[in-house]
Amino acid sequence: MNLHEFQAKDILARYGLVSPGGAVAITPEEAEAVARRLGSPMIAVKAQVHAGGRGKAGGVRLVTSPHAAREAAAEMLGRKLVTAQTGPEGRIVRRVFVETGLASQRDLNLAVLVDRTLGELVVLGSPEGGEDLEERALKGELKLERLPLGTGATPRHDEALAFAARLGLTGDAAVALAGIVDGLRRAFVELDASLIEINPLALTEDGRLVAFDAKMVIDDNALFRQPELAALRDDEEADPIEVQAQHHQLNYVRLDGDIGLVVNGAGLGLATLDLLREAQGRPANFMDIRTTAKSQHIAYGFGLLFDNPAVKAILVNIHGGGMQPCDTVVEGLGMAARRSGRKIPIVARLAGNNADFARSRFVNFGLPIVECPDMWTAATRAVAIARHGR
Amino acid sequence: MAILVDADTRVLCQGMTGWAGTHHTALMMDYGTRVVAGVTPGKGGRHHLNVPVFDRVAPAVAETGANASMIFVPPAQAAAAMIEAIEAGVGLVVAVTERVPVMDMVRVRAALKGSGTRLVGPNSQGILAPGLAKIGVMGTGSERPGSVGIVSRSASLTTEIVDQITRAGLGQSTTVGVGGDPIHGIGMAECLDLFFADPDTEAVVLIGELGGTEEQEAAEFLQSTGLKKPVIAYLAGRHAPPERRMGHAGTITLHGRGDVVAKTAALRAAGVTVVSGAHRVGETVRQVLGAAAR
Repeated sequence: MNLHEFQAKDILARYGLVSPGGAVAITPEEAEAVARRLGSPMIAVKAQVHAGGRGKAGGVRLVTSPHAAREAAAEMLGRKLVTAQTGPEGRIVRRVFVETGLASQRDLNLAVLVDRTLGELVVLGSPEGGEDLEERALKGELKLERLPLGTGATPRHDEALAFAARLGLTGDAAVALAGIVDGLRRAFVELDASLIEINPLALTEDGRLVAFDAKMVIDDNALFRQPELAALRDDEEADPIEVQAQHHQLNYVRLDGDIGLVVNGAGLGLATLDLLREAQGRPANFMDIRTTAKSQHIAYGFGLLFDNPAVKAILVNIHGGGMQPCDTVVEGLGMAARRSGRKIPIVARLAGNNADFARSRFVNFGLPIVECPDMWTAATRAVAIARHGR
Repeated sequence: MAILVDADTRVLCQGMTGWAGTHHTALMMDYGTRVVAGVTPGKGGRHHLNVPVFDRVAPAVAETGANASMIFVPPAQAAAAMIEAIEAGVGLVVAVTERVPVMDMVRVRAALKGSGTRLVGPNSQGILAPGLAKIGVMGTGSERPGSVGIVSRSASLTTEIVDQITRAGLGQSTTVGVGGDPIHGIGMAECLDLFFADPDTEAVVLIGELGGTEEQEAAEFLQSTGLKKPVIAYLAGRHAPPERRMGHAGTITLHGRGDVVAKTAALRAAGVTVVSGAHRVGETVRQVLGAAAR
């Protein structure tokens, strides 16, 4: 679960992280009032959406008066912000964070995450900060320093200072960095984060280390023991259909094609999506039925496809396993088809647990089924039907 | 023969008395797996499915000689259950539980260090050695004993590819689900090593997907040891839209290493036959083994 910048800064302040200070506004008037209260000669107005790359996309503006803060906020609020990370559909800006603008003499970057290979916590630091960091890391142009933390114990002071030195910090700034690292580590462990990133972490002209931006992602699997954080979930940031599908034991991702795709299992789903694309087909969605889904959940999922006017064919690829047999899926499909009344050609490939029984259910439901013996045949048939109706 | 398990593997089930534990343990027993004990705190002293139930793992091991554990414990307690089994010296722990918090798995990984335990999972469908043992939740019926080893990150694709391999006239030595979570027990590289050492395995199928670096680590392992047996790989998610999360898959690509193109290149460079369509895996394995036999 992603937190907004203002939420992350608020939470991390409890762990000793210093940020410039500001408040959230949902109207231009509020933005102006916050700016006036801050009383700073420079003000940052920042769109609060769950996506990086805001600066380049015009989602972060530096202004020099409360009136200008109001105008900047008016230009962002209610508008779509399209960044490199939002995809072309962008995100609606519902609130802005109005913050004191400070000058930086140097930018650094700091991240705490779990190293998948080692299975350990690690702090990654770079003596540079900025927006194109990921791109540069990809090209191998970025110098990344590591401070391994094992299961999340406090790093030894001399190790933390040596890490600071590798990031080019000495004296008081190095001691301050050691403190920040320890605070972030504690926040990561106590709050079940899966990523905390401070980029940039600025060395201000008066020698302080200040978080200009903060990103925090919480482990969804641990929300059961983090009720305070779970309450911060912003469902408006997610696609409402995808959120609803989650509640129905379905992993649903909206795409922009004309073939509805239903599978059991994420791996089989990805494989089927690949075949559809190889066959020059365009999936309208990705829908993976979880092992815990009952037929009424599955009916809800098929309902999403029947309700989508763009869907011209439905491709069902089920390999019944130990957890999800074929007939449950067909049961759900039949319920949805009866409710909808809309006739969409259905291409089905059924194998494994209860496949034969599922076939007989198809007949009972009177559904227009094109049954295929394997995944590739099913994918090519679905593409032909979506394109030519047969 | 198989890897990780054999006909004498004595399995205890942590969380056996719950609904899912009962259901799947019964299916495992039907398959012929030697289930010798259950462990559920507070229910020690009873019998369930005709095996004794214990409060703790250690006495269950001491009294029944169990050498493998199957974990059916809910996410909040799953890590503690794994650590208990590791500390009790159980040689093989298979964790089926999905949605275990990642910080919990960091602690499990620390407990594994220096122990004699091999952990499979979490979020794994388990281990299936056709005709010998099933420790997990996979469906059965299309597998048959044979010489192809399978190591996989995806339960659903394993079911599909087991079926294809059987229809191609071959069988499986063992299938191992390493699980789809970022932090897990044994990985693809270690499974390849075990399959290479198993005299009854003639080829290995590796089923991967986008996200993470598991496949690259397998490729690095193969580069360092050389290809001792033919390895055939299928990687799902070539056409998945970037930046979207698809089920457990499609996790954030880290430094360009997580995408299927990078994984394919790494595996090909290590001598692996990478199949581009999921429907052609069985047939490709047959061709590769046919060519190897000539």
